[in-house]
Amino acid sequence: MKLSRKWLNEFVDLPLDQYDDRTFAEAMTISGSKVEVTEDLSASIKNVKVGKILKLEKHPNSDHMLVAQIDVGLDEPVQICTGAWNVHEGDLVPAALHNSLLPSGVKITRGKLRGVPSEGMLCSLKELNVTTHDFPYAVIKPAALLNDYHAIDPAKPSVSADIKAGDKIFGKVVAARIKAVANAGVNLWDTVLDIGEADVEGVFDVQNLHVGDLVAYDTVKNKICTLEDLHAKQEEFPHCIEDGILILHEDCRPGDDMRTLLGLDDHVVEFEITPNRPDCLCMIGLAREAAVTFDKELRLHEPVVKATAGGDINELTKIFIEDPLCVRYTGRMVRNVRIAPSPAWMRERIRNAGMRPINNIVDITNYVMLEYGQPMHAFDFSCVKGGEIHVRCAREGETIQTLDGTERKLTPSMLCICDTEKPVGVAGVMGGANSEIVGDTAMVLFESANFNGTSIRRTATALGMRTDASSRYEKGLDPQNTYKAVQRACELIELLGAGEVVEGVIDVCPNELKQTTVKLEPAKVNALLGTDIDEQTMRDILIKLGFTLDGDTICVPSWRADVEHYSDIAEEVARFYGYNEIPTTFTGGITTAGGYTPLQQLERKIGECCRSMGLDEIITYSFISPTYYDKIRMPADSPLRDSLRILNPLGEDTSIMRTTILPSMLEILTRNYNFRNKEAALYEIGRIYLKRPDGMADEPKIVSLGGYGEKMDFFTLKGWVEKLLKELGAGKARFVAEKSNPSYHPGRCAKLFVGDTEIGVLGQIHPLVAANYGVDAAFYCAELSFDALNTVKGELPVYKPLPRFPSVTRDIAVVCRADIPVGELMDCIMARGGRYLKDCALFDVYMGTHIAAGMKSVAFSLTMRSDEQTLTVEHAEETVAKVLKALSDKYNAVMR
Amino acid sequence: MKELMQSLREASIKAINESDSPESIEALRVKYLGKKGELTAILRQMGKLSPEERPVMGQLANQLRSEIEQAIDLRKTILSKVLLEKQLESEAVDVTLPGTAQPVGHKHPMYNVLDQIKDIFVGMGFEIVDGPEVELADYNFTKLNIDEGHPSRDWTDTFYFTEDGRILLRTQTSPMQVHAMETRSLPIRMIAPGRVYRKDEVDATHSPMFHQIEGMVIDKGVTMADLKATLNLVVEKIYGKGTVTRFRPHHFPFTEPSCEMDIQCHKCGGKGCPTCKGEGWIEVLGAGMVHPKVLAGCGIDPDVYSGWAFGMGLERLAMGEYKITDLRLIFENDVRFLEQF
Repeated sequence: MKLSRKWLNEFVDLPLDQYDDRTFAEAMTISGSKVEVTEDLSASIKNVKVGKILKLEKHPNSDHMLVAQIDVGLDEPVQICTGAWNVHEGDLVPAALHNSLLPSGVKITRGKLRGVPSEGMLCSLKELNVTTHDFPYAVIKPAALLNDYHAIDPAKPSVSADIKAGDKIFGKVVAARIKAVANAGVNLWDTVLDIGEADVEGVFDVQNLHVGDLVAYDTVKNKICTLEDLHAKQEEFPHCIEDGILILHEDCRPGDDMRTLLGLDDHVVEFEITPNRPDCLCMIGLAREAAVTFDKELRLHEPVVKATAGGDINELTKIFIEDPLCVRYTGRMVRNVRIAPSPAWMRERIRNAGMRPINNIVDITNYVMLEYGQPMHAFDFSCVKGGEIHVRCAREGETIQTLDGTERKLTPSMLCICDTEKPVGVAGVMGGANSEIVGDTAMVLFESANFNGTSIRRTATALGMRTDASSRYEKGLDPQNTYKAVQRACELIELLGAGEVVEGVIDVCPNELKQTTVKLEPAKVNALLGTDIDEQTMRDILIKLGFTLDGDTICVPSWRADVEHYSDIAEEVARFYGYNEIPTTFTGGITTAGGYTPLQQLERKIGECCRSMGLDEIITYSFISPTYYDKIRMPADSPLRDSLRILNPLGEDTSIMRTTILPSMLEILTRNYNFRNKEAALYEIGRIYLKRPDGMADEPKIVSLGGYGEKMDFFTLKGWVEKLLKELGAGKARFVAEKSNPSYHPGRCAKLFVGDTEIGVLGQIHPLVAANYGVDAAFYCAELSFDALNTVKGELPVYKPLPRFPSVTRDIAVVCRADIPVGELMDCIMARGGRYLKDCALFDVYMGTHIAAGMKSVAFSLTMRSDEQTLTVEHAEETVAKVLKALSDKYNAVMR
Repeated sequence: MKELMQSLREASIKAINESDSPESIEALRVKYLGKKGELTAILRQMGKLSPEERPVMGQLANQLRSEIEQAIDLRKTILSKVLLEKQLESEAVDVTLPGTAQPVGHKHPMYNVLDQIKDIFVGMGFEIVDGPEVELADYNFTKLNIDEGHPSRDWTDTFYFTEDGRILLRTQTSPMQVHAMETRSLPIRMIAPGRVYRKDEVDATHSPMFHQIEGMVIDKGVTMADLKATLNLVVEKIYGKGTVTRFRPHHFPFTEPSCEMDIQCHKCGGKGCPTCKGEGWIEVLGAGMVHPKVLAGCGIDPDVYSGWAFGMGLERLAMGEYKITDLRLIFENDVRFLEQF
C-alpha cells in the first residue's frame, strides 16, 4: 500500500517539514504499520521549470530545428533549441534548464546545437515519465507538412519538389501555404491558408503548423491532411510525428517548478500491511493508525450527495443477490455522464498511489478505493440487459471478455455480476468489456459491494488476474463500508461535474451484519503482557482506534474483523503503549532440566566422528524425481518405489519423497565431480519417507556416507564404517559380501551386521549407476540405519586394567583356496587360538608366482599375552600350533 | 722427574685442547692415562726416588692425573656441544614448506548455526523435539487457528499428498507447538528445528525446502515480558553482547499479541546501509503469545496457563552470519563451499 504524505494531511496534520519520512516511518512501524520504503518523489526531477515561448525562429543551420526564446520567470528569457514542431509562440512548456535532472536519470546542461547556444531542453511526456493518461490533452496530432516530404524513391516522388500553394495533389486536395496561425483553445488553431487563387480561414486541430509551412488541404472536407489522410508513410514525412513537447494547459506561470505540476512535491510511503488488517489498505485506515500513533485528531468527512437528476433508482433498475458469497451490494446511478479527464489533483493522487488515471468515472472508482478501501465498479448501464443486476455464480460454459481484453472461461465456483442474460463482470476481480465505460456512456451504475474474500481470491487465482480490487477483497473487507463508498463516489461525480446523480440508493444485504463485542478485562491484559497499564489508558487507546465502550463491553468497529478476543485487545493496547515499553523479565515457574536426549547425543556423536575422519556434512532435498529410482537401478518391483507422491510438485525433479537416500548422495557426488573437485568425502544424517497405511510416513534417519577421489577405495569406506562403529562402542561387526544389490558393484559391496542386527550396506557404486549419472569415476557410498546404530551402540565403557606383562608376536603365512574370505580365516583364528591369543592382524594377501593357481597366501601377525605371567616360548609355540591346526582342519590351509 | 711431569702436563693439555673428535680424545686418554700411558710410565720410576721424595712426587702425579682428566672432560663437553650443533644444523628444515595435510571434516554452515542455537536453549532448560515432516493439515493449519480459506493453504503455496488436502508437507515448524502441547506434560520449554516446505521456485533467496526453528514456553503466568527477555538473551548470545533489539507488532494467526523482532544493524549501527536496506534494523524472527484459542484447542486451559512462541528461519540466519549471498549455495554442497566453515 502506497501512501501519499500530501494526501494524508487531508486527514491528519503531519506536515513533512515537522515529521520527516524517517520519523514517520519509524513511528508507524513501531505501532504496527510496517514501512517498507519511503520515497521523495521530488528527488527524481530537478530544475525543470514552466517556460513560456516568447519567440520562435527557424534554426539558421538546420531545416528541422527551431530556436525558442523562453520566459522561465527570470529577468531575461533563455534560448533553447528544439527539434519538436508542435510548439508555438505563447505556449507554456516544461523547460529543463542548465544542470537539471530528468526522471530517467539524464542530466541536462547548456550546450550548442549546430552552432547555436541552447540553455537546456524542452521536455516531452516521456522525458517527464508521464503519459497521456496523466495529461489527457497532450495527445499530439500532426499534419503532413509538404516541406518535410522525403520521397521513398527519389526518382518517383509523390509530391513534386517545386510544389506551391494551389497545386493539386489528388482529387480535391490542394497544396496550401500557412499565412497566419493563432491559438484558438486547447489543441485548436485559427489558421489562414493560401490555396493559390484565394485565402481560406479555419480552425484546425493539428499542432505542428507554423507560418510558411506548406500543407495538404482537403477543400471538400475543409481539413488539413494528416499522414493517414494522404495514405502516406511515416518515413515520407520524418518530422511529422505523434510526439513532441508537452504543451501545458494548467494553472501555472513561467518559472513554476514542474514538480508541483506533476504532483512530485510529495513523499510516498510504502507499507507492508499484514493480511489481518485490510482496513489499512486505504488512506482513511492508515490515517487512523497515524492519528493514534502521533496522538493527533483524525478528520473524516461525511459525503453529501445532492442528487439533482430527478427520478429514483428503483424505477430504473433492480438488484438481486442470488448467492451467499455476496454479502452486500450497494448501487447508485448517475445520468447525463460527461466522460472527461479528471482534474489534476485527482490524477496526481491516483498516480502517487501507484495507479494510472484513465477518465473521470474510472478515476472516481479508483479514488474511492484508495480513500475508503472499498473497491468499486462502474457499469455502462445501457449495456446491462434487462436493466437488472443479478449476483450469482457463473453457469457452466459461460465466458466473459474482461476489461483487459482477454476472453475468460468461467466456472460455477466463480461469483459474477450478471444482467438478465450474461455476466457483465467477474465479482471483485474485474469488470466486463461488454459494459465498459466508453466515450459516449451516458448512464452509469456504481457498484459498491462486499464479497466473500476466499471466493474472490480463488477466482482471481484461477483466472490468473490478481487486481487492486481482488487483492483487497481477498482479505475480507468491512461490509459496512459499501454505502459510505458509493456516497463518496456520487459526491465526487457532482464535485467534478461528471454527471447528475439519481435519487435513491439500492442497498441489498440479505443477512444482518453482526456486531462483535469483547469484555474489557484489564487484569487479563496486563497478565498476558507482563505490564501494569491502567484501565483508563486502555480505554483511551481503544476509543482513539474507533472502538466504543459500554461499561466493560467493548464494541468492535466493523472494519476490525480481526478483533474478537481479549488477547486481540491486549495487542491493540500493547501496540500503542509500545511493545518496546513492555519490561523484560525471566520466566519464573518450575525449572525444567532441558538437554539433549540420548538419540540427539548419538546423532551429534556420529557427526563428530564423521568429521574427525575428514567427511564434510551435506544437506540434500527430501524430495527427488521418480526417475532417480531407475538411475540407481532399483528393481521395478521394489516396494521402495511406492513413494509418497506430491500432487502439486514444483516439477518432476522434486515430486516424490525419497525412500532411499542414495540418489541424494549420488547427486551431490556427481555435482562435485562435475565441478572438477579432485576428491570429496561427504556425510549426511537425513530422513527417508516410507509410506504408512494411514497415508502418513515413517521418517527414519539414515547415515549416508559417500566419497570419490585418489584416496578412496572400498577399504577406505569400510574404514570409515569401522571407525564409526568403534566410536559408538558397537560390538563386533560382520561384513557379508553382497552381490545382488543392483546399485552397487557386485564384487565390492557388503552388508553390515552387528550381531543379528542389519545396519546397512556399503560399497562401490555400480559402474552402470555411475554411467546413469554421467560419471566414469568410482563412487563409494554407505547407507546405515540410524535406528540400527542406536540399538547396537555400546554402553558406557568400563575400565579394563592395562596389561602388566609384555606381549609376544608371531607372524604366520598360510596358503588356502583363493575364494575363502579372509574375514572367515580371521574369525577362525580368533575362535580357536586359545586364551593367550589377543589379536590377529592381516598384513599380506598374495597370489601369483610360487602359489598354485586358485590358491592364495595370507599372512597374519598374531599377538599373544598372558595377564598372569610373562609368556614363555612354549606358550607362544603352542598357540601358533593351535591356530595352524584349526586353519588346516577347517580350510585345508597349510603353512607356507 | 718433576720436569718430566711438567712437560707431560704441557704436552697433554695442548693435545687435548686441540683434539676434534671423541675418538681422538679417547686415544689421548689412553696415551696419557692408560695402563701403558705416559703418566704411568713416569710413576713407574717412583721406585727410584728417595722415601722423602716419594710422597711429594706421588701427590704431584695425582694432581697431574686429575688435571688431565679434567681437561679431557672439559674438552669432551665442548666437543659434544659442537657436534650437537653441527647435527642440528644439518637437520634444519625449511619451515615455510607446507605442513602435511590432515583430514578434517566440516559441519554444514547451517548446522553450525543451528547447533549454536540449540546449545543456547539447552542451557536455558529447553528440550529439543523432533516431529514429522509429512503432516496433517489439522496440525499444520487448523489447530494453529489458520482457517479453511487462508491463502497459505492454497495448492499454489503448499505441497499436498491427498486430493482432500488432509496430508501435506509441513509449511512451518509451528505444528510442533501443537504436538508438544498435546503430548508433553506441563510446563513445556522446547525448541523444534526442522525442515519445512513451501512451493517456491529456487532462486537466490528461495528454496522449496528450508529450515525453521520453533520455540515455545507454556507455564503458569508466562508473559510477553518473559518473551522479550528470553529472546533478547538469545540474540545477545548469537550476535554479541549489547546487541540492540526492537519489537514490532505483526500478525500470526496462532499468536496474539504477535510481534517481529529486529536487531539494530551491526554494520551501520542503525543509520541505514545496504546491509539493512537502509532501514537500520534487520528482522530476525517472529514471535508472540500463544493464542488462547490454540491453547484451548490443545486441551490447555488458557485461564490457568499461558505461553509464548517464536519461529525463525535458519537459512537467513546462517546466510547473515557467514555473509553467504545466494541460498542455492546451501543446498549445492560444493566441497569448496563446505570446507570454508
